[in-house]
Amino acid sequence: MANKSAATEHGGFPWKHLIGFVLSIVLTLFALWIALGTDLSVTWILIIIFGFAFLQAALQLLMFMHVTENSRKGGFSGRIQIGNVLFGAFVAIVIVIGSVWVMSAGHAKHDKHDAPKTENQDGSHESEEHGSH
Amino acid sequence: MKWDEFFVTGDPLIYGADVSIALTTAGILFYLTYFKKWKWLWTEWLTTVDHKKLGIMYIVSAVLMLFRGGVDALLMRTQLAVPEAKFLDSQHYNEIFTTHGTIMIIFMAMPFLIGLINVVVPLQIGARDVAYPYLNAVSFWTFFIGAMLFNISFIIGGSPSAGWTSYMPLASNEMSPGPGQNYYLLGLQIAGIGTLLTGINFLVTILKMRAPGMTLFRMPMFTWSSLVTMVIIIFAFPILTVALALMTFDRLFGSHFFTLQGEGMDMLWANLFWLWGHPEVYIVILPAFGMFSEIISTFSRKTLFGYKAMIWSMLLIAGYSFLVWVHHFFTMGSGAVVNSVFSITTMAIGIPTGVKIFNWLFTMYRGKIEFATPMLWSLGFIVNFVIGGVTGVMLAMAAADYQYHNTYFLVSHFHYVLIAGTVFACFAGLVYWYPKMFGYKLNERIGKWVFWLFTIGFNICFFPQYFLGLDGMPRRVYTYSEESGWGPLNMVSTIGGFMMGVAFLILVYNMYYSFRYAKRETHGDAWNGRTLEWSTPSAMPPFYNFAKIPVVKSLDHFWRQKQEGKVEKLTIKDIKPIHMPSNSGVPFIMASFFFIAGFGMVFEWMWMGALGLIGVFGTLIYRSFEYDDGYYVSEEEIIKTEKISN
Repeated sequence: MANKSAATEHGGFPWKHLIGFVLSIVLTLFALWIALGTDLSVTWILIIIFGFAFLQAALQLLMFMHVTENSRKGGFSGRIQIGNVLFGAFVAIVIVIGSVWVMSAGHAKHDKHDAPKTENQDGSHESEEHGSH
Repeated sequence: MKWDEFFVTGDPLIYGADVSIALTTAGILFYLTYFKKWKWLWTEWLTTVDHKKLGIMYIVSAVLMLFRGGVDALLMRTQLAVPEAKFLDSQHYNEIFTTHGTIMIIFMAMPFLIGLINVVVPLQIGARDVAYPYLNAVSFWTFFIGAMLFNISFIIGGSPSAGWTSYMPLASNEMSPGPGQNYYLLGLQIAGIGTLLTGINFLVTILKMRAPGMTLFRMPMFTWSSLVTMVIIIFAFPILTVALALMTFDRLFGSHFFTLQGEGMDMLWANLFWLWGHPEVYIVILPAFGMFSEIISTFSRKTLFGYKAMIWSMLLIAGYSFLVWVHHFFTMGSGAVVNSVFSITTMAIGIPTGVKIFNWLFTMYRGKIEFATPMLWSLGFIVNFVIGGVTGVMLAMAAADYQYHNTYFLVSHFHYVLIAGTVFACFAGLVYWYPKMFGYKLNERIGKWVFWLFTIGFNICFFPQYFLGLDGMPRRVYTYSEESGWGPLNMVSTIGGFMMGVAFLILVYNMYYSFRYAKRETHGDAWNGRTLEWSTPSAMPPFYNFAKIPVVKSLDHFWRQKQEGKVEKLTIKDIKPIHMPSNSGVPFIMASFFFIAGFGMVFEWMWMGALGLIGVFGTLIYRSFEYDDGYYVSEEEIIKTEKISN
């Protein structure tokens, strides 16, 4: 059933997949080297590996996930694809921004046990407050 | 590790379970060998890729898990029946409420619904199988193996005891040492693979394999609800996968994602868990809504009221379900702004649900209602689910939640929505589609007994718990004092719990009774149905479902054909060879390797874990080089199966 169309599409050597695969591995190794092999500050390491992460996500969408693929009849698949990507973006934003917001608002920020971040409280005050609860 | 650490020892209940497991296993092995059923088991079931058979296996597993989870529940109720009871000790009680919750949600509710989706959805959309039949088998076997891995914990190594939510730091190595918590992590991880694959499989099936003419807005409501459920699964389950993996790293490899030391954030686990956990609630309720829609429409002999409103409210729920997770931990202390926002979103999600309730009521309005057993479950659902929904809105108010939080009020609330919603739907759907699966109906008289006993028992069990909660009884306590005054209501609750247990036994007896005595269906339309699954000529559709793919012209196409007297008869001209997928034993073998990998990692025997994973990759590689495009069913065989004479 579906096998026939798949067979014709995948004729020839899958260069696209191979390049995508190699680039993914290179990007991952590079991120690992930035994190472990350099003396950059934590902020810069985070910025750089986040950059690599977005690059890699784009690469995967382009090379493996058929993001440019168009349906020939009616555009139904195209609409489904757009809907999926939009909903995916919505969920990703909710997870990331939502989690950061929830975990850093109100008392929840005390959750960082090792390093109290609030400026007007020193360490002893912090432990005293916790002890009184 | 010594043998007495490997096997759980010292408790007479566990020894009893050991003996019963050994006897059951021996009994099954004897039966298979004596009646020479091994080959039948392998060719008909273990290697099948038929969505109907996989669905039946899902449902059988779910009923077994319902039994296990139900026994857990009754043990808890026995312990709580009187104050200061000595039936279970604290650790044992903790283990039991953990396994009860986990099993009922992950290994009972989901597979029961996915089983019914498997059986029904391809038939409802006029397809011959799902889009990826082989993947479907992988889904089932990874779920099954995950469930088995989780279940053996109570005799080998010890059960998890940190609650089904497994909050950190309670679930950490320091506070929950031993393999118990690892069982939770690995069991859910392996089963989760299966669920995610099911999500992808049915999304593609529903979008791509509908019969000609069946536009999206001509799909039956159960198919719609399944479609929306699959979307939620695809976006929600990866969160659980990642959270479980991070906790596994914490426990097995010493990382600090959720630990108290090393700048870990313990509450981040709760945050991630409920980011998955709340959509999960809708994953187990939306298919239930779909089933009730089908059943109410069928037994009221009317088209579903507000078909499009139903669909839009489900889509709204799918979006909203990702925006309410914080209401599970208002008391974490995220501050007034966060709590207010999530209070409002939580109340807002009640609106589309309310829309659906009214749609069902208006569907029944002026309909010719037939009180068959599935309809009784649906009516019971509406009444009891509303009670659960209303108390849900009470809990949604963050300020008030500080009072209700962690009490029996909450316990009662979520049992009212999960039992009256999901479990009632599983029973209703089972009875409704039973003739499609087995060719005969469950006995209606016994079925009605089950309904009344279960529903009354359910209310006797859980209604008092609202008042226990308001009276301050916390959840997850293994005993309470005489002076608390909670004794009498707890005793009432326990009596109700046992009534539900008896009702379950009668349901199982009904399966046996109906197998022996029920009249066999002579045609495919057991309930005077409306949707395509009832249009097959034989009671149980053949493995290829439809000899000729139907062409759909409207919503409830089959019903309309019947009204106009234009049901098409199959003729020899219509018969063409049918392309079907081949059976495969690889999914079962792959899942077995998953079991080895999971078991090894539970006990931190890394050589065994690695061995299992190598096996898994081996089967994946084998599959990649397998060129099996299925086979064709010949015209002669179809004609013989369909008994066409002209």
